[in-house]
Amino acid sequence: MSDIILLGTRKGCVILDRSGSTWRPRRIAHAGVPVCYAARDPRDGTLWASLDHGHWGPKLSRSRDDGASWDDAPSIKYPQGARYIVKYLPTPDFDPAAPTARPEYRDATVFKIWNIAFGDATQPGRLYAGTIPGGLFVSDDGGETWQLNHPLWNHASRGGDLFDGDATSENHWQGTPASIDYGVFEPGIHSIVVDPRDPDHIHVAVSTAGVLETTDGGATWAGRNQGMLMDYSPEPEGEWGHDPHFVAGCPGQPDHLWQQNHCGVFYSDDGARSWRKVSMPEAGVQFGFPVAVDAQDGRTAWVVPARGDAERMAIDGGLSVARTTDGGQSWQALRSGLPQHDAYDIVLRHALDVAGDTLCFGSTTGNVYLSEDRGESWRCVGTNFPPVYSVRFG
Amino acid sequence: MTAHLLRFFPALADRELTVPAGSVADVLRAVDEIAPGFCDYVLDERGALRRHVKLSVNDVLVIDRQTLSDQVADDATLYIFQALSGG
Repeated sequence: MSDIILLGTRKGCVILDRSGSTWRPRRIAHAGVPVCYAARDPRDGTLWASLDHGHWGPKLSRSRDDGASWDDAPSIKYPQGARYIVKYLPTPDFDPAAPTARPEYRDATVFKIWNIAFGDATQPGRLYAGTIPGGLFVSDDGGETWQLNHPLWNHASRGGDLFDGDATSENHWQGTPASIDYGVFEPGIHSIVVDPRDPDHIHVAVSTAGVLETTDGGATWAGRNQGMLMDYSPEPEGEWGHDPHFVAGCPGQPDHLWQQNHCGVFYSDDGARSWRKVSMPEAGVQFGFPVAVDAQDGRTAWVVPARGDAERMAIDGGLSVARTTDGGQSWQALRSGLPQHDAYDIVLRHALDVAGDTLCFGSTTGNVYLSEDRGESWRCVGTNFPPVYSVRFG
Repeated sequence: MTAHLLRFFPALADRELTVPAGSVADVLRAVDEIAPGFCDYVLDERGALRRHVKLSVNDVLVIDRQTLSDQVADDATLYIFQALSGG
């Protein structure tokens, strides 16, 4: 049973401590600094927070004393020579048939450290960080040094070798609106799923490109978007251009992967070799950001339905969580304890988590709800938190 | 410098720093020696000034935001400002 919950919020990191049947928030850490993701390394208990300084660049902060004190970890930096092909927001006069003749390149700098993931017990010190503009960084010394994964950075889907000479092919990685805060329109890696059976087997999800997989520890990567559908594209079944909002795997059945996508909920029971759409729009299960998967049963998952795409808030003012136990063939709306009128919450991609029978989510309205019975009933942990970006059990 | 930086680098608080003259980049590197990590806050990994930061030498804004080649004379003062907004 987990005894702490880390909230990454617009105004800092809030740790909730279990005290009997209640959860009490500590005084906020990193007060005033946006924390876009915070999580606990299950191997050694180190707490990690990704600071999204508006002025001073993204930083990783870590605590080795369970949150009593925090220190900056060494900065994640793109190596010399790392470039990317600049993407621009599509404009009304953009003609896809006549793209600019020569791509424009820009030296890469880290805008945002969007996600942190941990290696397994056989790789102590192994950490992963996904960034905007679309880099996967790897550390093997507990975050003292970081290396950009070059094969993913130079993937053919992205234009080829972005280090040496001009890239030779078209860049299929589009930008994410989450990058616009930084004055750019670039992709980002927000999901990193390490296979508990084999630490060299990793899935990452890129907004906006899709899911990629490595089976050799990052030496090679392949797209895994078969079965995905893009409602917004003239080629809905295209290999690239997908907008996974979040991808999560089942630790006990790692071939079971779930994806809350911009265009619906998708499920794979074959390790992402194929996806199938399991949305149920009539039940509200279509648009949303997060997805959580049961630790043992890969067919059981939870999403937080929202009205998409233009509204991006609770459907008809009623907040609910949807659960499936049969791989998305059916969904149950779970509303007990959640507000059913005048609710305008939206739950972002990292802001829902599950640990055993306990679930927790937080919204950008600053509300945090907790269930200890797999979502059957919910209670409010607090209503006055800053906008919540991430929720992770520690 | 903006007081917000002092929160992260308390070693710089309540003192006027005197470092050798040179380019703005030289001056910032000298501050980084006193407060390791300082440059990572003010500059990106390419050595360019971060977007919401401005520098001035006395009352003249630093022009070269990419390589910070503007010169700081012996008796000049380098000021560090940040844009403030939002809630």
